Amino acid sequence: MIDFKLPSLGADMEEGTLLQWHVKPGDTVQRGQVVAVVDTSKAAVDVEIWHDGVLAELLVQPGDKVPVGTVLARLLEPGEAAPALAAVPAQPVAAAPVVAAVLPEVKAAVPPQAPPTRHPVSPSARRRAGELGIDPDGVTGTGAQGSVTLADIEAAARARPAPTPAAAAAAAAPAAAPDRQAQMRKAIAAAMGRSKREIPHYYLAETIPMQAATAWLQQHNEGLPVTQRMLPAVLLLKAVALALRRTPELNGFYRDGRFQASVPVHAGVAISLRGGGLVAPAIHDIAAKPLDQLMRELTDLVKRARAGSLRSSEMSDPTITVTNLGDQGAETVFGVIYPPQVALVGFGSILARPWVQDGEVRALPTVRATLAADHRASDGHRGALFLVELRELLQRPQSLAQAFTMPQDQPGATP
Amino acid sequence: MNTDRQTLTETVLSLLGAIAPELEPALLSPERPLRQQVDLDSMDWLNFLISLHQRLGVDIAESDYARLVCLNDVLDYVQARLAAGAAGAPGEAGA
Repeated sequence: MIDFKLPSLGADMEEGTLLQWHVKPGDTVQRGQVVAVVDTSKAAVDVEIWHDGVLAELLVQPGDKVPVGTVLARLLEPGEAAPALAAVPAQPVAAAPVVAAVLPEVKAAVPPQAPPTRHPVSPSARRRAGELGIDPDGVTGTGAQGSVTLADIEAAARARPAPTPAAAAAAAAPAAAPDRQAQMRKAIAAAMGRSKREIPHYYLAETIPMQAATAWLQQHNEGLPVTQRMLPAVLLLKAVALALRRTPELNGFYRDGRFQASVPVHAGVAISLRGGGLVAPAIHDIAAKPLDQLMRELTDLVKRARAGSLRSSEMSDPTITVTNLGDQGAETVFGVIYPPQVALVGFGSILARPWVQDGEVRALPTVRATLAADHRASDGHRGALFLVELRELLQRPQSLAQAFTMPQDQPGATP
Repeated sequence: MNTDRQTLTETVLSLLGAIAPELEPALLSPERPLRQQVDLDSMDWLNFLISLHQRLGVDIAESDYARLVCLNDVLDYVQARLAAGAAGAPGEAGA
């Protein structure tokens, strides 16, 4: 039996609301399959499962808000026989107490919503109680094993004295559409507050001539239909991933008091959302992918981020963040590291600026690259080496186009 | 082929609206830089051009991007291209 737990979908996530199951007990699931949709404060995320198996039972119902780490479902390993207990209770109301009795260790890790001495409350009842401003633990239950049902909550609400208008408005507020903006701002504040409290940042900046890169890109895009054109962001991402090979102490996580380097570069791409807020989902294994593929993945990622349909693997494992202000942005960005990552690479706008070359001032496209890095994992000298390597790589765009380390793993790659 | 300016304007605004749902066409000045007003980043701009291509069959060369500053520039360019036929050379458009 395998526990499938709610993964952390970013440092700013403490809990999530299950919106929907895509599977039901008895279904065979495969590693990487999207099995549920979970609402974080930032977005609805498609949650992938990380084991092959057969779904035995769903422990959390749509609408339930649970902390990260809560067991959402239990799986039978391939070949494992279903124990009798795995049968799904006919009464969903009774599901919670049964699970708590069968799995005491789960109870220890994640406290059930109601203390065991009280009557169990069905998830829908608890939700409705929240909307109506009623304490569900004070309501007498009429359901199975004395559990409090939705009808009990409705009855308790009717029995209440008529509330004052102000109280009614306050009680109605949680039932209104969740204020996504306010929630996202809160989540960003929590993650960035933690970053600034815990991470001793240092900052470096380097102006990088982009003449060669933009000329290469123009030539690449010339004659291509608009659907196949590449953006400078792709070259920048690729150059970051390749430069990190020289300075691995910028790529990975700082956890449990020490730095853990990551070999693959999963760059979280900061994507601003219309109406405010941002997300930084990952493009996986950038060093190993050809530029065309990275462009397709970036296009898809931005589209899905703005449509609110990201995957759990994209939210949970970026090893570094890259923020690219684009050609309408400011000149320089000094990033705030997204914990538990240890570095953030920023790019300002690519514009023609004065540049001294061969003793003469010329107008060339340049970009200001910045590094915000964690002093617990690296020092400014190593950070500077990274920026120099990044600059050198961007002077040889052809090598960026050719460099991908594992072509045999990329069936779509053209040599 | 429809090259009527009013219809074209509505089409272009609806394509912009698909990318920037908060867009208020009434507040958009056709004489001021479009990308600043609508907050179109490089990816938004590319997606806008892709949707123009899909809807109207006009493929805008990357070398022409710099000329398409305001909404009127875009409308002039597209209108000229439509009038000349989609196969017309981009360099001749909007002149």
